[in-house]
Amino acid sequence: MDGEIAALPAERGPSAQAVTLTINGEPRPLRIEPRVSLLDALREHLGLTGSKKGCDQGTCGACTVWVDGRRALACLTLAVTCEGHEVTTIEGLSAGGELHPMQAAFIDKDAFQCGYCTPGQIMSAVALLDEGHAADDGQIREWMSGNICRCAAYPNIRAAIRAVRDAAGGE
Amino acid sequence: MRQNVLRPGLLVDINDLPLNRVEDLPEGGLRIGALARMSDVAQAAGVVQRFPVISQALLLGASAQLRNMASMGGNLCQRVRCSYFRDATSPCNKRDPGSGCAALDGFNRGHAILGTSDKCIATHPSDVAVALVAMDAVVHTRGPADDRAIPIEEFFLLPGDTPEREHPLEHGELIVAIEVPATPTARLSIYLKFRDRESYEFALVSVAAAVRIQDGAIADVRLALGGVGTKPWRARRAEASLVGKLAGEASFAEAAGQELAAAKPRPLNAFKVELAQRAIIRALMTLTNGDTR
Ligand SMILES: Cc1cc2nc3c(=O)[nH]c(=O)nc-3n(C[C@H](O)[C@H](O)[C@H](O)COP(=O)(O)OP(=O)(O)OC[C@H]3O[C@@H](n4cnc5c(N)ncnc54)[C@H](O)[C@@H]3O)c2cc1C
Ligand code: SF4
Ligand code: FES
Ligand code: FES
Repeated sequence: MDGEIAALPAERGPSAQAVTLTINGEPRPLRIEPRVSLLDALREHLGLTGSKKGCDQGTCGACTVWVDGRRALACLTLAVTCEGHEVTTIEGLSAGGELHPMQAAFIDKDAFQCGYCTPGQIMSAVALLDEGHAADDGQIREWMSGNICRCAAYPNIRAAIRAVRDAAGGE
Repeated sequence: MRQNVLRPGLLVDINDLPLNRVEDLPEGGLRIGALARMSDVAQAAGVVQRFPVISQALLLGASAQLRNMASMGGNLCQRVRCSYFRDATSPCNKRDPGSGCAALDGFNRGHAILGTSDKCIATHPSDVAVALVAMDAVVHTRGPADDRAIPIEEFFLLPGDTPEREHPLEHGELIVAIEVPATPTARLSIYLKFRDRESYEFALVSVAAAVRIQDGAIADVRLALGGVGTKPWRARRAEASLVGKLAGEASFAEAAGQELAAAKPRPLNAFKVELAQRAIIRALMTLTNGDTR
């Protein structure tokens, strides 16, 4: 059985492999070991340190990115599985030097203290509005529960989300 | 894996297999692909309309990000949350057969009260599995030799003397789909989950319930419990006690008591007996209030 599987050409590793990821719309070739997480690939190999590592086990949400437009945790995603998919990070959110409205709202509403959870909060918050899960505060709370804030800036985070929601014409 | 609890020599990425559809079956059942994501299944129209309990169980599990990532097959096969299993050093019969069970006399507040053995008392962590067990789902698999259809109650194994074995899958055998048979009872169904935090937490106790009332009496009922069993726990004793009875708090309490009579609590998780009792009553009251025709 093992021999049979080993013969498959698709087996890669344990040494570093050539992998091309599409990050924020650009092809990014890199050499990584197949067990490297998307989060480590972004931070350690591509210098994209906006996505944060809080827990590295799927509990805090600081590493939230989008894969094919859906929010996902980069720490629980193996980078190699993202080949052929579009990854968007906090660095890809602003266009032409302009802050994304959600980024601006976080500043305006003072939606952070230390800021460590903020990139993940913002990636989650923008997706939340796209999903249509921000009708009221109860819904925002429930659907943002995957993003923990150690500084408990939650009320102001909700205020920022409400501001962007309402500016966009509501839900 | 990252914590050295598991050390696989080979990983196979199955994510691009075409197994992510949620189909409505002609007679009113569902066929859920093993790679369908929790979030997609939760909002599929056929699930929301005909099997609310499945949709609710999914939405009360994990977080929005995790639900976008996690597959239905992976959810059924997820490993236990027992901290001794996951610390990679404590005695644990599940991780290291024969080494003992640190939870028996350890911090076992979250552990099971039903289906336990003196080898392992870990709770099965899945929410949606509880709903699927209540709905008599069937797990379809494909192995090197043949295809199998495994009734979901047989898919989850009691720990007994072999807690390291959690399901009957053979090496190289994959779940391809989960089928849920049509049942009119499912339309009036609910998933209740009680936990330490309001969101993003595993259940202390959860209940999947569905009921069909005819002429004031219970014609059909499905009950399954999460958070209390070493496997998603179908409450067959409670169901048997309820059929034919008048819907009401007295019959619900009697049924819950019969199911939990078999409970083997430990000092730190003894509260789960009472909590489960109340949760069953609450679920059935919620379903039947205003609809006891
Ligand atoms: C912080 C956190 C909170 C969570 N909270 C909840 C919760 O409240 N409720 C809940 O129900 N779940 C919860 N989960 C669990 C989460 O739903 C599971 O991690 C997820 O379901 C696993 O799915 P996956 O597709 O990522 O599987 P993987 O992690 O990729 O796989 C899990 C196991 O299943 C095997 N497997 C996967 N697919 C198949 C298949 N088709 N056939 C055979 N074997 C297969 C894999 O080999 C592996 O052994 C939580 C997880 C985290 C990290
Ligand atoms: S309860 Fe089960 S998983 Fe936990 S330590 Fe005991 S044997 Fe291991
Ligand atoms: S670093 Fe990914 S969830 Fe915490
Ligand atoms: S601002 Fe500090 S963790 Fe959220």
